[in-house]
Amino acid sequence: MSEERPNNSILVKRLLLTVAGMFAFGFALVPLYDVFCEVTGFNGRTSNEAATYEMVEVDESRTIKVQFLTRNAKGIPWKFEPSVKEVRVHPGETKVVNFLAANPTESDMVAQAIPSVAPAEASLYLNKVECFCFNQQPLAANSDTEMPMQFYVDPDIPDHITTFTLSYTLYDMTANTSAEQMAQLLKTE
Amino acid sequence: MSTAVEATHHDAHHDHKPSGIGRWLFTTNHKDIGSMYLWFSFIMFLTGGAMAMVIRAELFQPGLQLIEPQFFNQMTTVHGLIMVFGAVMPAFTGLANWMIPMMIGAPDMALPRMNNWSFWILPFAFIILLGSLFMEGGGPAFGWTFYAPLSTTYSSDSTALFVFSVHIMGISSIMGAINVIVTIMNMRAPGMNYMKMPLFVWTWLITAFLLIAVMPVLAGAVTMVLTDKYFGTSFFDAAGGGDPVMFQHIFWFFGHPEVYIMILPSFGIISAIIPAFTRKRLFGYSSMVYATAAIALLSFLVWAHHMFTTGMPVFAELFFMYCTMLIAVPTGVKVFNWVATMWKGSMTFETPMLFALAFVILFTIGGFSGLMLAITPVDFQYHDTYFVVAHFHYVLVSGAIFSIMAAAYYWLPKWTGHMYDSTLAKTHFWASVISVNVLFFPMHFAGLAGMPRRIPDYATQFADVNQITSIGGFAFGLSQLIFLWVVIKCVKGGEKADAKPWEGAEGLEWTVPSPAPYHTFEKPPKVD
Repeated sequence: MSEERPNNSILVKRLLLTVAGMFAFGFALVPLYDVFCEVTGFNGRTSNEAATYEMVEVDESRTIKVQFLTRNAKGIPWKFEPSVKEVRVHPGETKVVNFLAANPTESDMVAQAIPSVAPAEASLYLNKVECFCFNQQPLAANSDTEMPMQFYVDPDIPDHITTFTLSYTLYDMTANTSAEQMAQLLKTE
Repeated sequence: MSTAVEATHHDAHHDHKPSGIGRWLFTTNHKDIGSMYLWFSFIMFLTGGAMAMVIRAELFQPGLQLIEPQFFNQMTTVHGLIMVFGAVMPAFTGLANWMIPMMIGAPDMALPRMNNWSFWILPFAFIILLGSLFMEGGGPAFGWTFYAPLSTTYSSDSTALFVFSVHIMGISSIMGAINVIVTIMNMRAPGMNYMKMPLFVWTWLITAFLLIAVMPVLAGAVTMVLTDKYFGTSFFDAAGGGDPVMFQHIFWFFGHPEVYIMILPSFGIISAIIPAFTRKRLFGYSSMVYATAAIALLSFLVWAHHMFTTGMPVFAELFFMYCTMLIAVPTGVKVFNWVATMWKGSMTFETPMLFALAFVILFTIGGFSGLMLAITPVDFQYHDTYFVVAHFHYVLVSGAIFSIMAAAYYWLPKWTGHMYDSTLAKTHFWASVISVNVLFFPMHFAGLAGMPRRIPDYATQFADVNQITSIGGFAFGLSQLIFLWVVIKCVKGGEKADAKPWEGAEGLEWTVPSPAPYHTFEKPPKVD
């Protein structure tokens, strides 16, 4: 028995360490998931950073149909839609698509658009040079705006992807924005 | 020095124990704590069962008759939480407390004071959870899986209570698991090497490792829900850069090993009972051990089969589909070994054996419907239908709970010192095995026909099948009162049980008298 006592406490410490480690692992899954999604395109996420357009050769032998969808999350009364429902682009060619947003309410609001690509695999080949979704979008009461999005499709895109959909869901961020931040945002706009 | 003398003196009184409520509040005795766990789990089983009765009463007819949809959702949620964390898991911990020290020839659990604590925080967890039902806005109504954003954006104000109660349950089962591991690794009697341990001990050792690996992840998930809801973080909020699908990944990373936590100890129980009533050694002992370990390892690689419909790349769906199907191999090894044990054995059909046989057959049915659900393309049809409900109730009710019943009937004579009324026990068995099939089998058809789960109302074409299901449900619920009756009768008295009441039973627990003395194996037994 006397030999077992120290054994117990070493083992208990190791097990408690495992528990603490697994608790930390649960939280580590959050950044791991982001990295995993970014690398694999799993889940149809697109990068939140602007891509620089490299002068790539435009592959005119292929045409990709890119469709645009917009959706409002619960509780945001904005009008939000793409100026065109779809465009046809050659891989490597840049294109600008405008999205129209209107705030019909009597108060200043801030929104954030979250992109998603289907099929998810295509998200790896969609490069946005400029996008309103990189930042929050402020809009004064009863005003509207045109928000540009410039992109090109990587010529490495596999042959079996001929069409993909880029959708934006618009979320109301007004509650998370202080009055000063709002003023700041509206001024820079 | 004098205290040491007093302590030895104290121990000399063999069965000395404090009397009254203090005995139970302050006990560090593994048998007392085991009994409290088992009673607690039975009370929770009846509580969760009462909620199931409410659900089945509402679903007896199409339309809304008895309860509001929001309350229906609270019932399905809390029924699930109570049955998983309040009934099945504490029952296994109770059995572990009672049996593991006796099976390995140890005097008690390795950490008796922590053992007391790990039990006594549990009632508080469930008081908090049940109390939340009476809060303004109601209790948790987002399903036991608490998917975000249901549990964040759309949940009631009482969600914090749900989170804290899950934290407490998690702490309790982590402490229980640590205790089991330390006991098994450090307290085995001389000569009891790992490959001589009874399978119940082996399966619990592996279960305990699963528990300390995944319960902290669950604690993390509920913590993220808590901070998302109350402190403005965005783990699962897309607007703030989070992702609700990530919730499902984290939850099922815990959730899938969790379902094996609820079935591996069953495998150990069945592996003890079938040889005892077949009067043969268990066929393929070492393959049973390896199969258990294989199931435990694979359980970490299959979580996304719960999420096929969230939109995954095909290669991921195939990966999770094949890994899931791979689990059928070690599970098949187990079922094969049980059948091979029975082959040409001298079988008798006492109540524990009846429950064990029903377990083998009905658990296998649940396993097969699991295989069907593993097939990605058809899962799109089965997902979130009553087919899923039928599947997991077959493995959890006629699987895990039947094995717990079998264990109770197998070891009751050892616990109480009395034989139970076997006519009454067999009545309980037949009532349960018939009603459980009337209850859950038709759910397969309702699900295949498209009836969604967690819905208080349904299209009229599902009326007949739901009526049959509800009748089975009421019958099954009432049948469990017979079990309560058998146990109370057996505790109060009955024919005196021998040290080894079952002819073919093997193991150290049968070498001590019945009822097992308050302290057993103070001197380690010899194991050869």
